Amino acid sequence: MSYFEVKGVTKKFGGLTAVDNLTFTVEQGEIFGIIGPNGSGKTTLFNVINNFYPPTAGEIYFKGKRIDGLPTHEICKLGIGRTFQVVKPLRRMTVLENVMAGAFLRTASTSRARARALEVLDFCSLAHRKDVPAKALPIADRKRLEIARALATNPELLLLDETAAGLNPKETEEAMAIIQKICKAGITIIIVEHVMKVIMGISHRILAINFGREIARGTPQEIARHPEVIKAYLGEAYA
Amino acid sequence: MRKLSWLPLAIGALVALLLPMGLSVPYHQHILVMVLVWATLGTAWNLLGGYTGQVSFGHAAFFGLGAYAAGLLVHHLQASPWWGMLLGPVVATLFALPIGLICFRLRGPYFALAMLALGEIFRLVFTNWVSFTNGARGILILASFTSKLPYYYMALAMFAASVYVVYRLVNSKWGYYFVAIREDQDAAEALGIPSTRYKMYALLPSAALTGLAGAFYMNYVAFIDPHVVFSLGDISVMVILVVMMGGAATIWGPAVGAAIYVALSEMFRAQWGAASVLLFGILVCLVIMFLPNGVIGELDTLRRFLRRLREGYAGGKKGELLRG
Ligand SMILES: Nc1ncnc2c1ncn2[C@@H]1O[C@H](COP(=O)(O)OP(=O)(O)OP(=O)(O)O)[C@@H](O)[C@H]1O
Ligand SMILES: [Mg+2]
Repeated sequence: MSYFEVKGVTKKFGGLTAVDNLTFTVEQGEIFGIIGPNGSGKTTLFNVINNFYPPTAGEIYFKGKRIDGLPTHEICKLGIGRTFQVVKPLRRMTVLENVMAGAFLRTASTSRARARALEVLDFCSLAHRKDVPAKALPIADRKRLEIARALATNPELLLLDETAAGLNPKETEEAMAIIQKICKAGITIIIVEHVMKVIMGISHRILAINFGREIARGTPQEIARHPEVIKAYLGEAYA
Repeated sequence: MRKLSWLPLAIGALVALLLPMGLSVPYHQHILVMVLVWATLGTAWNLLGGYTGQVSFGHAAFFGLGAYAAGLLVHHLQASPWWGMLLGPVVATLFALPIGLICFRLRGPYFALAMLALGEIFRLVFTNWVSFTNGARGILILASFTSKLPYYYMALAMFAASVYVVYRLVNSKWGYYFVAIREDQDAAEALGIPSTRYKMYALLPSAALTGLAGAFYMNYVAFIDPHVVFSLGDISVMVILVVMMGGAATIWGPAVGAAIYVALSEMFRAQWGAASVLLFGILVCLVIMFLPNGVIGELDTLRRFLRRLREGYAGGKKGELLRG
């Protein structure tokens, strides 16, 4: 039994097959990368995993328990957190309140939720922003808030959707450091990323998809050399 | 989410307790009672519409149910209408339950529309079901007191209770969840927040407090008919305007909005009749343009504006000043 398992998952939007019969497993403690060109179905896969929409076909298991079809909030409660590529800050709440909204999943006490949120903000180097309304944050901090808020729910498995997109090189370094710190804290990570430096640098294994289908999988080195991957990213001529 | 500060609260409570004794004209006391009724209504609506972002266009349904719960107790059972203060909230809550269960599962403006329809349905049913409700002739009861003072203190207690309930709720886990749902339901769900359930947690107390205000209203004015207590324009929409005026998702905003609304409508009703409502509508539009978060929501903006006025600062257009 694998820690996390996606079995033959397909998601269709009308005639468009966004995710096409994907099967993969993720082991506890690893950083599992997913890459693919724009529109290849990465975000849709995350949306299916946390059941923003149910899969058209297939099954998803987390620690042996079937989770597809469970309500989104239940999936989070089971220990699967996620961030959003298009960030979703709770705009009129402060940074601290945003993170507290996550922390309340594991406690009903306001003071304990606040303590947990401050801890997480510290972990993500966002504590100095705690009283800023989320809508006033620059993009780098919004991305970080996404991570902090998801961490506050105490996930065992964290889905990160393009947390480095739109960051400058220094911010990207910091984001990578945070992700590695999360992994060291014992949290399993599935990460979707366009920034090759990030995904190649931190993933243990990578799945490459195009048009919703698997085109390659393996270690970062194997993926970087894989002809299908090169073709998908650079076009036929380079393969 | 701001904490209440105790000194202003104590002073406010003292003023509220002594105020009606200073006013010997019953009409002035009446105005205060109506402010408190509207403040309670606004506070109740605000929990659901302001904090949780579930805008209801039909809170008259709960108000009317509360009022009729009290009135019909007298009409059919010759019981004391004060039992309505218990029955009203219960009946309003019982009706709110299925509405929420059905509408909150759906995305989009279903809840707002369903509530709008509900208020109108109740108005029609209570107008036409003459054998049970006495129809358009309404319900007339004997008022318990001739003095306004007991009503004033009861209304004050009712308002204080509603503020207390809403304050406690919004400063707890529930409040964070309410606001999270308002700000982004998808993000909230992804944080493990069961949004449907928490919308119910906001709707039920909101309906109960609105039903309470309705039951009190029956006792106070001693006469109701369906067109008054189930009114779309005069109750359902007006409570929204009152909250927007004072400041949605603020603790004292609804009370401030209620004071402005009642004061304006009493001042101008004599000369202008129904046009006084129009005046309030225009004022609300102005407030939303210049103080999008309502009077209480933009206290800082107002303070800055007043300071600059005092300092004789004259440059710039008015709008810019207000936004300062
Ligand atoms: N809710 C939806 N309804 C219809 N089509 C959708 C929906 N969500 C995604 N799609 C389509 O599914 C395909 C996959 O989109 P998805 O967002 O998953 O891609 P992605 O790999 O995350 O791309 P990017 O790298 O740009 O983030 C796209 O063609 C997209 O237009
Ligand atoms: Mg995407």
